[in-house]
Amino acid sequence: MTDSLTSSTGSVPAGFDSGDDTLIRVENLVKHFPVKGSGMLARTVAQVQAVDGVSLTIKRGETLGLVGETGCGKSTLARCIAGLIPATSGSVFFEGQNITNLPRQQMRPYRREIQMIFQDPYGALNPRRRVGSIIGDPFAIHNTATGGERKRAVQELMERVGLNPEHFNRFPAEFSGGQRQRIGVARALALRPKLIICDEPVSALDVSIQAQVLNLLADLQQDFGLSYLFIAHDLEVVRHVSHSVTVMYLGRVAESGPGDQVYDHTRHPYSAALLSAAPAADPDAAAERQRIILTGDVPSPINPPMGCRFHPRCPKAEDLCGTTEPVLETKSGDPSTHLTACHFPVQTGEQMARVSRREQR
Amino acid sequence: MSLLEVTDLRVSFPTADGVVQAVRGVSFSVERGQTLGIVGESGSGKTVLTQTLLGLTPGGQISGSAMFEGKNLVGLSPRAMQRIRGKEISVIFQDPLTSLHPLYKVGWQICEMIRSHDKSVTKKQAIERAVELLGHVGIPRPRERVNDYPHQFSGGMRQRAMIAMAISLSPKLIIADEPTTALDATVQAQILELLLRLQQESDTALLMITHDLGVVADIADNVLVMYAGRAAEKASKRDIFYQPHHPYTKGLLESIPHSSASNDRLKPITGQPPSLITLPPGCAFHPRCAYVMDRCLVEQPNLIPVADAGEHKSACFLPTAAVGLTEEAEDLRKQTVEMGRHAQAVKVAEAIAAAPESEGSVIA
Repeated sequence: MTDSLTSSTGSVPAGFDSGDDTLIRVENLVKHFPVKGSGMLARTVAQVQAVDGVSLTIKRGETLGLVGETGCGKSTLARCIAGLIPATSGSVFFEGQNITNLPRQQMRPYRREIQMIFQDPYGALNPRRRVGSIIGDPFAIHNTATGGERKRAVQELMERVGLNPEHFNRFPAEFSGGQRQRIGVARALALRPKLIICDEPVSALDVSIQAQVLNLLADLQQDFGLSYLFIAHDLEVVRHVSHSVTVMYLGRVAESGPGDQVYDHTRHPYSAALLSAAPAADPDAAAERQRIILTGDVPSPINPPMGCRFHPRCPKAEDLCGTTEPVLETKSGDPSTHLTACHFPVQTGEQMARVSRREQR
Repeated sequence: MSLLEVTDLRVSFPTADGVVQAVRGVSFSVERGQTLGIVGESGSGKTVLTQTLLGLTPGGQISGSAMFEGKNLVGLSPRAMQRIRGKEISVIFQDPLTSLHPLYKVGWQICEMIRSHDKSVTKKQAIERAVELLGHVGIPRPRERVNDYPHQFSGGMRQRAMIAMAISLSPKLIIADEPTTALDATVQAQILELLLRLQQESDTALLMITHDLGVVADIADNVLVMYAGRAAEKASKRDIFYQPHHPYTKGLLESIPHSSASNDRLKPITGQPPSLITLPPGCAFHPRCAYVMDRCLVEQPNLIPVADAGEHKSACFLPTAAVGLTEEAEDLRKQTVEMGRHAQAVKVAEAIAAAPESEGSVIA
């Protein structure tokens, strides 16, 4: 199955543990969306290269944080893993089984194992249906519990996620944002999945409520041994919840590794810029920080730059970066789990920042 | 004299369900060239507060005063307000796509702003000015981009165009309502830097509304923390972050994940913000407050100076010396609470403690 992997980024990169504790292994996943021309018999005129050769692993009971800016392909990647959209090429393995682009019927058992929580808890719930039946849907679809048994299961779930089980018959509109997100969590949890993909689960919530939901997710992980693929743009949140972190840029992995490695021994200039740009709720730290201000915006994934995709915005770019795409590999001095795709990785203690504006003040 | 002096501003909206008390007596001032950050959760009244300053809350019942350079903005005629809006005070909204007209070119929209306030400017001059402004806010090739439509701009560029429009008439005060919430971290950093640069160049005052404490820590001079339409705490940025007095401010700070303690459990504030139609009696924060006392249930605390008295003010009955996140302050709080908590308050406190992780009852 894995023999077909011969594209530029190579097969499974060194450092990826494929031992027994691996729940999900994604190999060289590619998802391109065709761009059609105008007219009735529109031809495909271009490809949006949303995800372009991404490999990663998610371990049992652990959280993989996926970070990147809008349009970097993190949500597309998540949807491919969940089997919601077909991958263009590459493979997704669930407990060693290749589940890429399986036919509907064969995919069904895996759908129980992989669930999703979405960003907008209101948009993800049907406003005309009662909460009890929303949370009960997975049981109905997979025919696992009926009647009183289903109701009991739903109420247990509601209690587990911190909702009042007596509110079984209410509509989503009667709940606050944080409570709606709890409904989403209960529904995802219903069939005891092994992996929950959380796509910006707390971005729409207020700070005080966000902490409640994050604590809930942490508790559930402990109790049920869940794995999370946690997508967020708030880097502090990702650090808090994740065991390992993958940074994506324009459809590719820029850097990945254990959380403290990626955050404290950052190698990729993009990760470094992202980290330095994240606002810290600490005035002194904010004043001292050397902020790397990137110029320009993320380029279009229809026509990504040659060579390293980050090179037009990279403060460290040299000629090589414009011509040769860097390989995702372990840089010298790093543990084997810490991978970076960069020709000129950031050295410890290196100052990359342009003049910090605090010095002018 | 302050540039803007808001005194006891109250805004309420009569609705079919009852009167929504969005702003319930807020006072603050903004000095020239300074940044005031207004922080609060959704529904804390921060947006209504600033929109009222611009006469953008039709249907609201407004009392109090907002003196801007000697003129009271409250009760100003729409015509008079129109002369101030854009020219003296301009706004940057959260979502630049919905604030820019999709069918007009970006340059045209900036020109309109300029020419509607100064009829003597010719179209050609206005376009020149628009090009200059777009260049100034960091849009590459402004002479070409001035003829683009908003959809041809990326999110960050749209926000830059909004900022170009906001500074086009050199206003004395810019109100920025969550200007970076819709943007990515790296773009947010660009925009914040741009705002700071522009502010330094022209000594403009900035009123920054945000729910992101990180943004406040970055660019504010002073901070106003709002809860349920009232000021909970008002202080310099450092005091808010290092010497918080109000339990709500403290709760907000503690509920943010910090990189230094990545595996610690977060400490959320229990419960959820109250409905602005049926506000709790006494201090509006008491149903969520870990330090609830008897008087909190019946009496509404006023904003009074705390710590070494001065600019740092808080609306809480806890002793004024109980500031900061130190153990001493915590002991002082606990002692006070022990003395001040009987029958009724004990029940509330037990309810809060019993449901540390759940969000309490539903809204309805």
